[in-house]
Amino acid sequence: MRTSIRRSHRLVAFTAVAALATGLLAGCANDSDDGSSDASGGNGKGKITLTVGTFGVFGYKQSGLYDEYMKLHPDINIKENVTTRTDVYWPKVLTRLQAGSGTDDIQAIEVGNITEAVQTQADKFVDLGKEVDKSQWLDWKNAQATTKDGKLIGLGTDVGPMAICYRKDLFKKAGLPTDRETLAKEWKGDWAKYVDVGKQYMKKAPDGTKFVDSASSVYNAALGGGSERYYDKDGNVIWDKSSGVKKAWDVAMSVATSDMSAKLKQFDKPWDQGFANAKFATVACPAWMIGYIEQKSGDSGKGNWDVAAAPTAANWGGSFIGVPKAGKHQKEAIALAKWLTAPAQQAKVFAKQASFPSTPSAYASLKPAADTTAYFSNAPITQIFAASAKTIPVQYFGTKDQPINSALTDVGILQVEQKGKSPSQGWDAAKNEIKDVLGQ
Amino acid sequence: MTSSKQALARPATSADSAPGTPPGAARGAHGPGAPAGDDSWRRRLYRWDMKAAPYAFVAPFFILFGAFSLIPLLYTAWYSLHDVQLSSLDHQTWAGLGNYQRLLSSDFFWNALKNTFTIGLISTVPQLLAALGLAHLLNYKLRGSTAWRVVMLTPYATSVAAATLVFTLLYSWDGGMVNWVLHFFGVDPVNWRESDWGSQFAVSSIVIWRWTGYNALIYLAAMQAIPADLYESAAIDGANRWQQFRHVTIPQLRPTILFTVVVSTIGATQLFGEPLLFGGVSGSKGGSEHQYQTLGLYMYDQGWVIGNLGKASAIAWTMFLLLLIIAAVNLLLTRRLRKSQ
Repeated sequence: MRTSIRRSHRLVAFTAVAALATGLLAGCANDSDDGSSDASGGNGKGKITLTVGTFGVFGYKQSGLYDEYMKLHPDINIKENVTTRTDVYWPKVLTRLQAGSGTDDIQAIEVGNITEAVQTQADKFVDLGKEVDKSQWLDWKNAQATTKDGKLIGLGTDVGPMAICYRKDLFKKAGLPTDRETLAKEWKGDWAKYVDVGKQYMKKAPDGTKFVDSASSVYNAALGGGSERYYDKDGNVIWDKSSGVKKAWDVAMSVATSDMSAKLKQFDKPWDQGFANAKFATVACPAWMIGYIEQKSGDSGKGNWDVAAAPTAANWGGSFIGVPKAGKHQKEAIALAKWLTAPAQQAKVFAKQASFPSTPSAYASLKPAADTTAYFSNAPITQIFAASAKTIPVQYFGTKDQPINSALTDVGILQVEQKGKSPSQGWDAAKNEIKDVLGQ
Repeated sequence: MTSSKQALARPATSADSAPGTPPGAARGAHGPGAPAGDDSWRRRLYRWDMKAAPYAFVAPFFILFGAFSLIPLLYTAWYSLHDVQLSSLDHQTWAGLGNYQRLLSSDFFWNALKNTFTIGLISTVPQLLAALGLAHLLNYKLRGSTAWRVVMLTPYATSVAAATLVFTLLYSWDGGMVNWVLHFFGVDPVNWRESDWGSQFAVSSIVIWRWTGYNALIYLAAMQAIPADLYESAAIDGANRWQQFRHVTIPQLRPTILFTVVVSTIGATQLFGEPLLFGGVSGSKGGSEHQYQTLGLYMYDQGWVIGNLGKASAIAWTMFLLLLIIAAVNLLLTRRLRKSQ
């Protein structure tokens, strides 16, 4: 008896080790396997869990859309996987798409990455063009997510029409008009006029305040209003010849070389503090930034912020949601994506999060949250952004749009603004950087 | 190897050579006339067990090592010889040593190498010196010595991210605490993130803050192993505290110091989290002039931000070779030291 017990002990240890080893190995391969078994069992009985991969704050959860959808569809359960930073989110999505596993059922795509997705990942996404009524969306929004052969790989979520958010109290102290229409008229049509207002502001600026948060934000705003960015229609890099870049760069330089910038880097902690301590009087604000300003400025900003139309209609940011073919429940995911991006739902996200809809039919019924309206001095936020959204030019993005943009803002402009380099030195530095980006 | 084999084998032998102990009880299960074939099978199984068991026990590590270190390492080497974009991994074109060539002719690479070296130097040297001093102080009889030691280790226990975010606020150009303190001494505010030396100093200070206590505890452990009579005889010879430290403690600590130098050097070569987070948004650039971009950051920027995976792989392999060189130099030094003793 004793021997067999000893032996069985050893056998147990042995099999345990073996099982552990094979289990570890199998762990890698498992993903794709239970995908297929899940999909077959999903249609009939039992709950299906749909995962939605997003970055930052999308507002779906915050505005209760998931709960609402789950109530409408009792057999569906929704889980959101949030990655805070876009620069972490996107590489992760890219590798998973190519591995053909591990993607969420719905995957958000930022506007800066949409061209890369369209040009290199189109075969990994479901063509949504046949599933939806495309005329719901703004034309330029659809155009960004459509491949050359007409496949629509992402449904537009929000857009980033631009306005100028400004602090009435600081404007008043600096002896400037505080009325939003007067101001809009003063800088209408040209960002250079906005810089002129800045010069006036600086003459009598309240202690410790600047006119604008950073030169880069002015650059981004001005660039978003031109028709040319870094690539032409056929996907050739034209960044150093682009009229849009030149114009935006010049305006940014006039800010960077003056004393009107608080020299902050957007979305850094000190920038947040800048809102809380009222360090700057204006910021070019795409619609999605409204909620951010309200949150970061806190109670002290209430009723002091106001919104005026931007010099030119411009877009900054906005996203899409696509359905990867690798997802486990394509049919259900398409239905959810359609529902989430429909005008009625976009309006609900706007009410909560102030992310501006990409579907014009929603504009008439838009209602910002009551506290947001009060926060921004009862400014007609919806009208201002809607007017901007409808007149935004179609812009062509490229595969390396984001790295090129950050080379110009985080290297070129930052060197001029914070290190006192000359504009031409800044331009050369950005040029070097872009060469590196493009692998030249 | 042999000793472990014996250890494994011992219980097995005693169990198998059961005939002596309880007469017939063990074999009773099979009956007295158990067939001979079963016995030889059992012996074969036992021999196989003897040979295979050790391998099975060490296998998990090697399987993990293979899956998560060796294969990625070789795959990276393969990538580094190709032009690969993050967005199209299956689309690879042969580049030969092109990526390495481009790397060696790139200013950004040499800049990153230089930064890695300077930041490593200004973080490692003060860190180890401070650790040595602190360990020496802790080695005295102190009230609540355990509490002091725990306090020393707390910075090491905080996460890189948390520590760096706090330091970023302290060093913020406008309204940061460091500049606020400096202004009492009449120093103009320093733009810690954008100035060349300022940013490197700031990054180093985070590293120093996190690792000094850790190294101090290692030194302390080694110091407590130094026999007390060495100090006693030194005291009889009239050596004061400082002389004791120099002529007794330091020589006795030599192997420990070497160990910490090697570990810190490797850590410094791989420096990544602190500068990345210190840079805030777009931290992978390491400042507008790449003034604190380390090799690790450069690799991340190339691979995951810009998407040139081929080039990023070449950087990874260059770093790997650098670490091998450091290890070789260390080996030489250790041998030299041992001979001189």
